[in-house]
Amino acid sequence: MGRDCLRHWFVPGVATLVLCLVAGVATAAPPRAGGDAAKPNGASTPEKQFAVPTPPFTPGIFPCSECHKEMKPNPKRRELKDEHTNIVLNHGQWRWCLDCHDTYDRDRLHLVSGERIRFEESYRLCGQCHGDKYRDWKVGVHGKRTGMWNGEKQYLLCVNCHNPHDPRFKPLAPMPPPVRPGDIR
Amino acid sequence: MPMRMIWGFFKGTLVLVAKGSKAYYTWVFTLLCFMGIGFLAYLYQLQHGLIITAMRDQVSWGFYISNFTFLVGVAAAAVLLVIPAYVYHWKPLKEVAVLGEMLAVSAMVMCLLFVTVDIGRPDRFWHLIPKFGILNFPQSLLAWDVVVLNIYLVLNLTIAVYILYNLYHKREPNKSFTTPLLLFSIPAAVSIHTVTAFLYNGLAARPFWNASILAPRFLASAFCSGPALMIILFQVIRKYTRIEIRNEAIFKVAELIAYSMFINLFLLGAEVFKEFYSNTVHLAPLQYLLEGLKGHNDLVPYIWTAMIFNVSAFFLFLIPQTRENYVTLNIGCVLIIIGVYIEKGMGLVIPGLVPDTLGEIYEYSPTGIEILLTMGIWATGLFVYTLLLRVAVPILTGEFFVGDDGRTAVIVDTEFIRRADHLAEQSYRD
Amino acid sequence: MPTQGKRDEPAFRMSRRKMMKGVAAVLGAMALPAKDAPASVWESFFQKNFRELSPDDLKGVLARLEKEYSEKYKKAVKVRATPPVEGILYGYGLDLSRCIGCRRCVYACVGENNQSRDPQIHWIRVLQLNKERGVDLEDAEQYYNPAKVPEKGHFYMPVQCQQCEYPPCVKVCPVQATWKERDGITVVDYNWCIGCRYCMAACPYGARHFNWKKPGLPSAEMNPETHYLGNRPRPVGVVEKCTFCIQRVRNIPGRYTACVEICPVGARKFGNLLDPESEMRYIIENKRVFILKEDLNTRPKFFYFYAT
Repeated sequence: MGRDCLRHWFVPGVATLVLCLVAGVATAAPPRAGGDAAKPNGASTPEKQFAVPTPPFTPGIFPCSECHKEMKPNPKRRELKDEHTNIVLNHGQWRWCLDCHDTYDRDRLHLVSGERIRFEESYRLCGQCHGDKYRDWKVGVHGKRTGMWNGEKQYLLCVNCHNPHDPRFKPLAPMPPPVRPGDIR
Repeated sequence: MPMRMIWGFFKGTLVLVAKGSKAYYTWVFTLLCFMGIGFLAYLYQLQHGLIITAMRDQVSWGFYISNFTFLVGVAAAAVLLVIPAYVYHWKPLKEVAVLGEMLAVSAMVMCLLFVTVDIGRPDRFWHLIPKFGILNFPQSLLAWDVVVLNIYLVLNLTIAVYILYNLYHKREPNKSFTTPLLLFSIPAAVSIHTVTAFLYNGLAARPFWNASILAPRFLASAFCSGPALMIILFQVIRKYTRIEIRNEAIFKVAELIAYSMFINLFLLGAEVFKEFYSNTVHLAPLQYLLEGLKGHNDLVPYIWTAMIFNVSAFFLFLIPQTRENYVTLNIGCVLIIIGVYIEKGMGLVIPGLVPDTLGEIYEYSPTGIEILLTMGIWATGLFVYTLLLRVAVPILTGEFFVGDDGRTAVIVDTEFIRRADHLAEQSYRD
Repeated sequence: MPTQGKRDEPAFRMSRRKMMKGVAAVLGAMALPAKDAPASVWESFFQKNFRELSPDDLKGVLARLEKEYSEKYKKAVKVRATPPVEGILYGYGLDLSRCIGCRRCVYACVGENNQSRDPQIHWIRVLQLNKERGVDLEDAEQYYNPAKVPEKGHFYMPVQCQQCEYPPCVKVCPVQATWKERDGITVVDYNWCIGCRYCMAACPYGARHFNWKKPGLPSAEMNPETHYLGNRPRPVGVVEKCTFCIQRVRNIPGRYTACVEICPVGARKFGNLLDPESEMRYIIENKRVFILKEDLNTRPKFFYFYAT
């Protein structure tokens, strides 16, 4: 009787379990918004293009290679003394320039994987560490919202609002408070 | 034929109001002066807009609506005389109940005037008339208020005029006409004040008002203020005319006021306990009223004056010795009228709006124009009552009646105030 | 017994009293503008409620208003009555973790919606609250004026019309001058409002504002693209409030509201609650969301959230 029980219940039981697992995996909802899975070898995958404005370069600074193609890249971490001394890096800890700017092509930024990206796609770089903001930004929930709410929405680059070297917003002067009701004549 | 009778009556009333003693002329002239000033104040307000009041977005109702609320209570109180008179057939009050109804009419006129001067676009009042405009009945309590106030006004006017006109014609008013109307006026009186209370009560946004206790409190305080006014008026009428009002009647009314004030104070105590003991954020308006809030305490002296007055008046009315002594009785009446005026006027409207929905405190106190206009409307109400009395009193004393031809009015004595020396009977023919 | 006389009594007796009441009515009529052409004065006096106007009447009303405003403000003013679009229910999001209380939204709204400058009317009120106390409105301060915002220890909560699903203001209006449109916006017909201010007492959010005086709107600052139920210049003695920039959002494609556009930190979000792909749905589904005075059951469409 024991063996019959086993045969009767074991095989259908396992089959049911396997079926459930397959069904569960098959019906699982796809990941929300975006759906950009990077391929393991670091190659760039087709991603939704966001209509962003031109990056807000300091006038005359781009293309960087104009100066840098003459110079030998120095990958040593240091405080810059000769140039770019006006840039104070205040972004997280243990950061320096070449963590984001590509060492060998100064007209590009680079991701952690080594992939070089253009400045117009700098949001991908920011999104590596700030994934939650990046997710929200892609849907339009993070950042200044302009454009058409039911048409073409305008996206801004991260750097249009956040200075990449010193991203924290500075307090600004508020606009005047309302007139008190007793002072309205 | 009926037209000529009415015309005769009307001409008689014109003679009555136009002729009187020196005191009468002085009184009417004073009232007309105040009415004139009030009218000019209203013109000024029409020209500049409601900005000349102290009302602003944070406190959007003020002195006008406070007075309106108080006066709806006074109007409802006429019923207090009607109930014993007509339901219990208590003779001492029956004769003078019509005077109470006339007070209700005058109060209603004042109420309608206060609402008119408070709205921002009086030129659009016709939007309230059903069929021509849109009356949001039954959803809006203000629409209900428009309906019941007008019904009550017409009802009281009809009853008073009907009774008086019949007495003028020296016949008993037809009971099958008056009794249903009078009985109907009891729930009508309760309705006007309940609807006004519900107007405030239904607003979830204002926790001070959003208390179920509001409607009972309104009725209780109404039955204090109106009859107190009546007691004073009765004494004035009794002193200066030939109308007889027995002490019994006055003392009975005073006793009823005592019970109403007890209920009023009890309900107030219940409110105070609930807010202070539960100590939620909704305590803020009551705290503002009784103690002051964040340094703002403009209303505190007024409300405590009102409390002291109300409690003192309660004892004065409760204890038979003070109730039946005319000095203390009159003191009690004045105290109650002032106390309820404060408690149910500004003491109700302003704390409902302070602090405002976003926590702001704006201390409101009426501007000069508001006060002048308010005085003008009170003068109008007194003027209406004076004119009504000027016609009613001679009818009730039998000195204004229809002549033998059935249409000309006979006025025995145009003096409104009875002189100390005995007056010879003089008759004036139209 | 003269039975006919009975009916006439109140009429006669009321004559004196009626006269006094009539005076009030006449005075009200005297409030009409005297300088305009007689035809438009009577048209505006007798104009019916917006919802009762036939399409031709509406055209006539809009044309009359355009003419009136263009003459007054010396520019070509357009008054439209764009109807609601099907399948849309507007929702608004406000990110409390981002708002810094700079009030740029307040003044952008003023500019877009033609509010009176003198006396000042603001449809948006920004409250400064303490981080320790949270959303405690008794503790709110709206007249803050430091040199820089945000101030330490504070957070900022702007409040405007919440476009409630069960608006208490609509319930209480005695003449139905305010109502909720199909796309969720609560609107006011400025030509029907009698100025009783019951709606202002009923609103739990202090979102409704009154024209206590004739509005002062300089013509240089006037926005000529207007909507009948939205940002057209208001007369004295009527109530007004935020309409989610109805003149912008009902167009296809429609611009964002002025306050959303101007916010420098991106704290304001707007979209269609019925569209599963909209920002608003994303916020509601993924962020910590709350609404103001939820216990009052007004069901606002204005959602405060924390994006971080």
